[in-house]
Amino acid sequence: MEIIDILLTANFWAAALRIATPLIFGVLGALICERAGVLNLGIEGIFTAGAMAGWMAVWLGAGLWGGVLFAALAGSFFGLIHAILTVPLGLSQHVSGIGVTLLATSLSYFTYRTALPDVSSPPRIIPFQPLDIPILSDLPFIGPALLSQTALTMLALVMVFVTGWVLYRTPLGLAIRAVGDNPSSVEAQGLSVYALRIGAVVAGSSLMALGGAFLTMSAFDAFFFGMINGRGWVCIALTVFASWRPGKALLGALLFGAFDAFQVRLQTEVGAFLPSQVFLMMPYLLSIAALIIVARKADYPKALLVPWFKGQR
Amino acid sequence: MIRFEPRTNPSAIMVYGIPVMAAIIAILLAAIPLALAGAPIIKAYGLMISGAFGSMFSISEMLTRATPLILTGLAAAIAFRAKLWNIGAEGQLYMGSMAAVAIGSGVIDGPSYIMIPVVLIAGAVAGAVMLIGPTLLKTRLGVDEVVTTLLLNFIVILFVQMMLEGVLKDPMSMGWPQSEPVIDSAVLPPLIERMRVHLGLVIALTCAVALAIFVKRTVWGFEIRAVGENAAAARFSGISVTKTMVLVAMLSGGLAGLAGVSEVAGTRGYLATDLSPGYGYAGIVVAMLARLSPVGVIISAVFVASVFVGADSMSRAIGVSSYLADLIVAMSLLCVLIGGFLTRFKVRFEHQKSAG
Repeated sequence: MEIIDILLTANFWAAALRIATPLIFGVLGALICERAGVLNLGIEGIFTAGAMAGWMAVWLGAGLWGGVLFAALAGSFFGLIHAILTVPLGLSQHVSGIGVTLLATSLSYFTYRTALPDVSSPPRIIPFQPLDIPILSDLPFIGPALLSQTALTMLALVMVFVTGWVLYRTPLGLAIRAVGDNPSSVEAQGLSVYALRIGAVVAGSSLMALGGAFLTMSAFDAFFFGMINGRGWVCIALTVFASWRPGKALLGALLFGAFDAFQVRLQTEVGAFLPSQVFLMMPYLLSIAALIIVARKADYPKALLVPWFKGQR
Repeated sequence: MIRFEPRTNPSAIMVYGIPVMAAIIAILLAAIPLALAGAPIIKAYGLMISGAFGSMFSISEMLTRATPLILTGLAAAIAFRAKLWNIGAEGQLYMGSMAAVAIGSGVIDGPSYIMIPVVLIAGAVAGAVMLIGPTLLKTRLGVDEVVTTLLLNFIVILFVQMMLEGVLKDPMSMGWPQSEPVIDSAVLPPLIERMRVHLGLVIALTCAVALAIFVKRTVWGFEIRAVGENAAAARFSGISVTKTMVLVAMLSGGLAGLAGVSEVAGTRGYLATDLSPGYGYAGIVVAMLARLSPVGVIISAVFVASVFVGADSMSRAIGVSSYLADLIVAMSLLCVLIGGFLTRFKVRFEHQKSAG
């Protein structure tokens, strides 16, 4: 099969969008936190917690949307821990983030093992099913690519617009962006720096958790140990690549999904000549490459990583 | 109103007591998940203590576990001192172990006093090389080293897997992806007969003491501390920040690489992709609990190792998931962070004065 042919099939783009979905949630979450001035390295653990909590809620009979809600709550819980440590207490965002990742991951694994002490194969749930949206599905090319997606992918796409609208079209968004660039100016406006930052981190973290929930409730139908496999860290890299903009985040995640879907197809074509690990390394190598490409012109939020204390001039 | 006032000079009791308090609080907090899991709490704690310290054998197991943790803890401590956020010790550990088996499993042979230093140096160099790339990307292009070192962990694991299915594969392993065993003359000998604790522990302790002297007593050590405290001021006073960062990267990566050699040539004897249960990440906790002090790393590594070994043995006895250990370790990191805040600030509770 010709390489160009692969790129032109709706099937390929459907796969790319499927791979991109958790990353869209993750990058949106990370950019909301970072726009407010807080790097959230808890993301990898929050993905795990979202994947576990969402799946567990469905498995216990909460229903699929109950699971989504539960995952978001789990995400905001760990987000709140990170926010309290890094915003009012002003502790190292790097170390606190790693701590939250370790905590969320081990707590998820412990809970899963305690609830299901001796299962040989992970129990399955009935995941989200592909949607058939009347008008969208009839569009040429885009229709079939969207046709096989689930409600969670649609939610991710909607969230891109919601995040963009809130950040750039509302006073709240203006305040969030300002608090990540110049917190003292926000304080001078009579707004609370702490409240804005904590709120942004909690909201961003609940979005991250949905990325994890997509994996156990849509892409797969069960929870596995180690299933997040660095996706959270990839999102942190993609956030820089997307220059902290929701639209570019969608683009970056789609580009990443396309590369990943492409390497899977390439693997079936030329897999005999190269070890499979070479292909599996691609996502991580791509993320590093993306970081290097934008490194020179990356326009970090000016107050990112800088703690701010009340009463500080 | 709660106010935070900076503390100018925290007392020694605070500085040394807070990490200990953090560890104790983390262990006590573990009672909550234990209770939720329906386990007998007192018995579980008893089993954990006897599992880590109950016999000569359990102490040997605990020290075997502490050995790589001391080395990865030192790797994190020296890097964090210079504010080089190396979260890639896990990958550097695997590169070190791979270098050790590449030349330590029969390519060359010689007496132990040559072979052991050779595999140690090979592993340290491999680990150091792994960290120089991300460090130069940071100093030259401003690429965040946290993300690159984290992502490299995943790349290295896949690379090790590839090598173990390829050139490093043991033909006698019945299809398992593992390397040939390290030859006898390169094996780090056990310190006590019929126990697992091996020469790696002595190497780790030596590294800790050497690093402490290096940081405190040499010009390079001073430069590392200066760059960590204020890179701009250090640069202004004529210290080359790039050079110092590369030096730190070599030390940090090298120490993590040594952890890999110690595991492969001392504990396991061959390389497989399950060599490390996250020693690289746990090293971060070890370093933070030690407040980045090299000698403190020894104590906190023993603490973390006893949590792991104790929880394993408790898990075998009463069936509570051994992920409890990871949970305790994660909580102690967060507790020591909060504790670190209390050494720097006084917390004042004030009543709002009414106007007029």
